[in-house]
Amino acid sequence: MSTIKVSIVSSSEEIYSGEGTMVFATGSLGEIGIAPGHTPLLTGLAPGPVRVQNGDDEKTFFCSGGFIEIQPDLVTFLSDRAERAESMDEAEATKAQELAEKNMLDKESELDYTKAAAQLAEAAARIKTIQKLRKNK
Amino acid sequence: MANTKEVRKQIASIKSTQKITSAMEMVAASKIKKTQNEMQLGRPYSEKIKEVISHIANSSSEYSHPFYEHRETKRACFLVVSSDKGLCGGLNINLFKQVISKSAELNAQGIESNFALIGLKAASFFKSVGGDVVANVQKLGDKPDPDALIGLTKTVLDLHRNGEIDQVYLCGNGFVNTMTQEPKVEQLIPLPAEEKDELTATHWDYIYEPEAQDLLEGLMTRYIESLIYHAVIENSACEQAAKMLAMKNATENAGDLIKELELLYNNVRQAAITQELSEIVGGAAAV
Repeated sequence: MSTIKVSIVSSSEEIYSGEGTMVFATGSLGEIGIAPGHTPLLTGLAPGPVRVQNGDDEKTFFCSGGFIEIQPDLVTFLSDRAERAESMDEAEATKAQELAEKNMLDKESELDYTKAAAQLAEAAARIKTIQKLRKNK
Repeated sequence: MANTKEVRKQIASIKSTQKITSAMEMVAASKIKKTQNEMQLGRPYSEKIKEVISHIANSSSEYSHPFYEHRETKRACFLVVSSDKGLCGGLNINLFKQVISKSAELNAQGIESNFALIGLKAASFFKSVGGDVVANVQKLGDKPDPDALIGLTKTVLDLHRNGEIDQVYLCGNGFVNTMTQEPKVEQLIPLPAEEKDELTATHWDYIYEPEAQDLLEGLMTRYIESLIYHAVIENSACEQAAKMLAMKNATENAGDLIKELELLYNNVRQAAITQELSEIVGGAAAV
């Protein structure tokens, strides 16, 4: 079976590097599936899960915003922050979401609205990843 | 001649200084490992983003980015990465010297300079030397946060976009090994043109989603940010290495001083005894 070279990196570390037969991710314009031989594509990466399938084996990672570069034989995820989905803690994620929601409601707060909205989107994406992971189990 | 009490006091004071410097040496030695590790961890990202950028340069892209554009230079900006704390030998001052000489060189060509500074040491240096400072970030700590640099990067890139500056230089210390750090002044903008590989440079281009301009704009900004972040991390590894070396030297110097003072102490003590004896003998002879 043909495979595509997958690398997921964040600014502070390398998350994953290996082969995959199929990769699913959330691009800035919607979900995309990447199979080997994909046409060259450059797009934004929205916060959300990235699934790497290699045969029957599937790994899930969480990526916050960034970029995806796709070449026919390789796909690179440049994420500002990425982590293995297994290591994510739902309680932490929920806490982050609550904080972000509170910041959004709190108009007195000096935190600007766009930053809070971004935080909220990220926290929501994190929770989505965890829940998806639970369902698969 | 000095009396024994004075010399003893001096020895005690140098000994306590020595204790501090040797403790600082050990702290720096343990931090080097951490900062070096962080440098290693950050490397994959810089390599990958560089790869992507060179792919884009190799594609026959529909849009060329202003960061590649060579325009007539009237003003240059120096992005100076320094440490927050001192006691690290000539690390910072060697870098500043190079920055100043480069700035003077540009000045001779009629190019003015301004500065964007990272770290307390750069801030205080350029305050005393004088210079047009456009942005300043301090107290990043031992574990610099990429988020903390966004503001500074944005200020510099905005100035470039508005045409207020035409060149950007990134100045920081390069980590060669624990014993050697090398001050570097490198051109950041305009980016050095990527060499087009004639054999593989076929006429292909990416599909861009959404717009090519927005995407490349974002990607280029991230690239510049990652270069700056890497410079900060590397500088912090240099800082710890230089600090360890400086503190090691200080500890050794303190040891030498103590040896000399102990010799002096013995001399003084012996002289005092001899004098006392001769006084007693002289006194006895007089009676």
